[in-house]
Order: sequence, then C-alpha cells, then structure tokens
Amino acid sequence: MKNINKISGAEAVIRSLIEEGVDLIYGYPGGAIMPIYDELYKFQDKLNHVLTRHEQGATHAAQGFSRVSGKVGVVMATSGPGATNLVTGIADAQIDSTPMVCITGQVASHLLGSDAFQETDIIGISTPVTKWNCQVTKAEDIPKVLAKAFYIAKSGRPGPVLIDITKDAQFELFNYNYQKCNSIRSYNPISTCSDDLFDKASKIINDSKKPFIVFGQGVILGNAESEFKKFIEKTGIPSAWTILGLSALPTDHYLNVGMVGMHGNYGPNVLTNECDLLIAVGMRFDDRVTGNLNTYAKQAKIIHLEIDPAEIDKNVKCDIALLGDVKSTLPKLTKLVNNNTHDKWLKTFSDYYKIEYDKVIHNEIYPTKIGLTMAEVIKEINIATNGNAVIVTDVGQHQMVACRYAKFNDSKSNVTSGGLGTMGFALPAALGAKMGAPEREVVAVIGDGGYQMTIQELGTIFQTGSAVKIVVLNNDFLGMVRQWQQMFFEKRYASTELINPDFVMIAKGYNIEANKVSKRSELTLAVKKMIESKKPYFLEVKVEKEDNVFPMIPTGASVSEIRLE
Amino acid sequence: MSDKISTFTVSIYSENNIGLLNRISAIFLKRHINIESLTTSQSEIENIFRFVIVVNVSEIMIQRIIKQINKQIEVISSFYHKNEETIYLETALYKVKSKSLFNEKHIQKIIKKSQANIVTVSPDYFVIEKTGWREETEKLYKELEPYGLLQFVRSGRISVSKEPMNISNLLGLNTDK
Repeated sequence: MKNINKISGAEAVIRSLIEEGVDLIYGYPGGAIMPIYDELYKFQDKLNHVLTRHEQGATHAAQGFSRVSGKVGVVMATSGPGATNLVTGIADAQIDSTPMVCITGQVASHLLGSDAFQETDIIGISTPVTKWNCQVTKAEDIPKVLAKAFYIAKSGRPGPVLIDITKDAQFELFNYNYQKCNSIRSYNPISTCSDDLFDKASKIINDSKKPFIVFGQGVILGNAESEFKKFIEKTGIPSAWTILGLSALPTDHYLNVGMVGMHGNYGPNVLTNECDLLIAVGMRFDDRVTGNLNTYAKQAKIIHLEIDPAEIDKNVKCDIALLGDVKSTLPKLTKLVNNNTHDKWLKTFSDYYKIEYDKVIHNEIYPTKIGLTMAEVIKEINIATNGNAVIVTDVGQHQMVACRYAKFNDSKSNVTSGGLGTMGFALPAALGAKMGAPEREVVAVIGDGGYQMTIQELGTIFQTGSAVKIVVLNNDFLGMVRQWQQMFFEKRYASTELINPDFVMIAKGYNIEANKVSKRSELTLAVKKMIESKKPYFLEVKVEKEDNVFPMIPTGASVSEIRLE
Repeated sequence: MSDKISTFTVSIYSENNIGLLNRISAIFLKRHINIESLTTSQSEIENIFRFVIVVNVSEIMIQRIIKQINKQIEVISSFYHKNEETIYLETALYKVKSKSLFNEKHIQKIIKKSQANIVTVSPDYFVIEKTGWREETEKLYKELEPYGLLQFVRSGRISVSKEPMNISNLLGLNTDK
C-alpha cells in the first residue's frame, strides 16, 4: 500500500498499471483519453506504449503478447470509434480465454447519454463479450476498479475486462491508494470437487482398455504442461490436441497423436468413436472439434477436467467432471492411477497415421505438382527454426495447414484465433508475441485475405522494429471459403477471388525487407534467409490457387466420417 | 431430463451494480430466448439484490443458462425452479370507468367473487387490484373486459422457493433467516 498526495485520476490509472506489473500497453489516443496519455508521457521510462495503426490491432497485439508470456495484455483506446474498434479483439479474447484489460476513455460524466461527440455506450456494447466491465465516473474508484479488473482478467478462466473512464474522472484529484485485489465475494474463480470423484475417475482410467485424451488450452493457461506430461506418461494414454491446445505437448512426443476436429488428423477423429474412455483436459468440446454431437464418442465414458463449471455438460455430457485448475487436478489424478501402457491401442493411431500419410500428408509436404503447397512452406519453416519458433496464424486454409504441419518443442508457441476465427488476427498478434517473447523467433503465417484486414500494422512493426517474420501464403483466393464453395456450392466462387496488390512493394514501403517466391527451387533458401534476418522480414509465397485442406469433417457429419479426399 | 419446454422461475442473488441487468438479459438474448417476466428487488440480505425471471425453455437449456448466470462476476448464486417448487404471485391493476361500477351491478359481484380489492375510486374511474396466479388475473381480465378497461397492467412474477437457498452461507454471513 502506498500513500501519495492528491493526484489526478489519469495519473492513478498509470500508477495502478505499474502496481500491477504492467510495462507494455498497446493503444491509440484520442480526445476522451488524452489526460491518461498525458500521464503516459510522464511515465515513459516505466511504461512502453505501442501505437498501433488501428485499435483492433492493439487488441490482437495484446492477445499475442498474453498468449506467449502468460501475462495480462493491456489496451487503451479513446471513446466512440476507438472503443468500438476494440470489440472484435475483445470477443476473440473472450472466446479464447485470453486475459486482457482494456481501458477506454469516455465523454465527461455530465455528457453521458447526450450523444456527445465520440460518445458510445461501450459498456452496453461490450457486455456480452467481456468477462467483466465497469464504467468509472469518479477518480476515487479508479484504483479499486483497476485492481479488480486485473484480478478478474487473470484468475480462474481468464478473459477480457473493459474499464470505461469518463474524462472528468481522469482530471479529478483525489488521495491515491492502491491495494491489489485477491478476492471478490460474489466471484469464485476456481471450483473444486470432492476427492471421491478422483477415486472414481482413476478406477475408470485403470479399467479402460482404449483410453484417449483430448487436451486444450487449459493445460497452457494453467501452466500445467509438465503435470500433463507426467499424467499421460504414467498412464500411457494416446493424446490429441485441440487447435488451442497445440504446443502444450511437444509435437514429437510418443503419445502425441495429432489434432482432433474438422481438419484434424485421421486417427484421432476416427478413434474418438472407438475409444472406451475419453478424457477431456481443459477443453470445451467446440463444434469444430466434435462434429455431430449425436454421434460423438457415444460408446465412451467421459471424464472432463475443467476450470469453468459452465462448460460441464454444455455440449457433451460427461460421466465425471473434475472441476478445478488442471495444474492441481492432474497431479491428484496421476497419484491415483496405475502405471500402464497401451501399445496395441497406440499402434492403431499410427496405423491410421500411415493411411493419412500415404493419402494426404506425403503429397502435401513432398508435392510433385508444379504449384507450391502451403504444407511444404510450413515444413521449410520447421527445418529453419528447428521447431523452436512461435507460429502465429490467421484464419483459414493456411491456419489449418500450419497447425497440422508445424512442429513445436515448447509450450505457448502456437498463437491463433481459434474460437472466433478472426481474420486479421495474425499480423498484430505476431507483433505482440514478439514483444512478449523477444528472445524467440516469431513467424506469422497469414493468408492473402486476412493479411489485408490488418495490413496497416506493418507500420507498427516498422516503428517498433520488432523482428517479426511474416509469411503470406498467397493463393489469390479466400481459400477456405473457396474450398467450401467447391465442395458444397458446386464451385460457385462468389466473391472469393482476390486481385491482390504487390505485397513486396507494400512491405518495402514500410521499410521492411521483403522477398517473393513462386518456385520450389527458391523456397528453402528464401525461408532460411528470412529466419536468419535479425529484422522484420516479409516473405510472400505464391501457392497453388485451388488446393484444398484435407482431411475434413463436413459440417454436421460425425468425426468418424472424416474425409481424406 | 427432457427437451420438453416448460415454465421455469429463475432466482438470482447478486450485487446491486449498474449494468448487471444488461449482462443477465444478454445471456437470454444470445440464446434467442424471450423473457416472460422479470422483477428485481431487494432480497432478505442487506445490500443483496434479487432477480426473479420467468422463461419457457427446456430443462437442459435452463441448466446451461443458470451456469452462465452463475459465471457472472457480480452474481452470488442463481437457481431455477419448476412452478410446483415455488410460491409465486403476480399483481394486476385494472382501471375501469366509474360509470360501469355504478351502472352494472354485475361488476361488483365479479370483484367480490375474485377476491380483488378496489384501490381507488374517483368520479371518472376506479382501480381494482388482484394478486394471484396468472390464471386468476387473466380470468378477471376477461370478466372485466366487456365493461371497458381503460388500462391494464400486470407485474412480473415474484416468487420464493419452498427449499432454502442458503445464500448467507455462500457469503459466509451468519444471518440466514
């Protein structure tokens, strides 16, 4: 606790952020937040503010920062359009459980409701997509509301919080006093469950002949990677990941059997409907994971390890729910289960992998056709980075291909927009990821469509000098939509073909070194040169225009009906 | 548990903060569910607010909704009950021309029989109050309608559960009434 003489609400915002250990903010100034920016100017030595080129970019950068560092991302914007431009990023952070605190300026409190210049009801607008939000009209409320904001954003199942501060509250002087928040009486961030449920679960696990694990981002958010590894290594259970669980377990781990879901691997999808026990670890049975719920793992007993009680039985009814942070529930379970192996069952997965490899994977990573495939680009990135890079992806075909083929040795290395599927996510998120893990290689893999949704953030990358490596896989199409049009709409390519600008020239315009590749013979060297660069670098790869991503579970089909072609 | 649609009364104990109503109604909005009635008031615990919401949904859906409501930071706890698990009432007000009261003898009989109260009588109109179940206030509505209703309004449902809700325990207060 600190006591200082009277300070302004704006200064209190900055001091509160510093108390919370914040040293990096993404944002964009404007009229209603100017007092706070004026204080930022005075605290430049303690707080680095990154001026993005659009407020949406600030939210995605904060998300990227949070996803690699585990810290709370902080965003600032002005009222009205500044605030509304945050909404997509907030919704993305909400559905992907990313801790984020957004601070918006608001018109002076006496003007609220008068349709004043740049007034918008951001509390009303952001309510359904925030974990919590609050409008502050008095300076004295600023420290306690911000303390609550950080506590809520990072505790339990993390999420975004928005604090809207009226301009008069920013100017008002008051006696500042900061106290961190550790509890809120109406909020119970971590549910628990009784010990006998662990006994029951361990018995089911011990008796199971064909157990199967699907793990999600809960393992990463709970910093429970080693606890998870210990559990699967003791039980010998084949484990597959959801897109947000990717990198929690090294891709080459002997029990890692690949990805579940719409474009996941053949074995894990088919065998979901053959296992006798499905253990869901920190995941939420998204429809892109389950396909048709009426035919999803009906033969299996289901144990769900989950922090959020609202996820229990939401989509898939479980036999046992182990509520709590997987960091504490997994070790409890590990202690109770027998040492085991499931070699024959595990071999079933490799048999399916062989089928998938022969029918799909080999042709994708070692293509014989002229056009470049997205997968061979990812393979080159794997080689050049030894699987040590943070891979940031946007949304669409390139995202599915990158997640399918990228190699990861370390956790917190896969940054993508999973739940919301936000095109335009990757470029700013990659900037945030690089700032959150400056010592690591950060490679953004983006499609030509999504890239142009936030292309302006090249300016932020240039200004900060962050050595982000940007790979645009250019097929001159909105590829995923085009694939669906081909498969389900008789090739009626409605508004999916793009006539693209000269991406290399655009990057060079931002003073970013840039290169373009359209021949296989040039690819390896081009990727190597990009990775070796110590500066931001842009690489455009012209890929085959009408390639499709397989395997695929068509919408509404069962996971076992996954198609290889 | 069935997919059958039935009436559920949702009771929410919460902090009394601006914006919470919006947050709770958004949970119904997101699922395209109409709120049949909504009442907010003080609860039996000082500074703790209570919502009573009536919706027609399946039991599976109401369970999911309750979990989403419980997840809101400022909600202490929420519950759902079937009609038979609660004591519930609504209040209706009927404004009728005074002429009807004096000219139509029958109307006085209706009021007496329905155990409604006359709240106000003025030279131009009188106001009848009836508290009870929906069927009762509706019956009275139908009976009074032929005499010309100047205004009609009905409150949302208020309800107390037969089983205790133990909110004080949840809050660590030792004042369960």
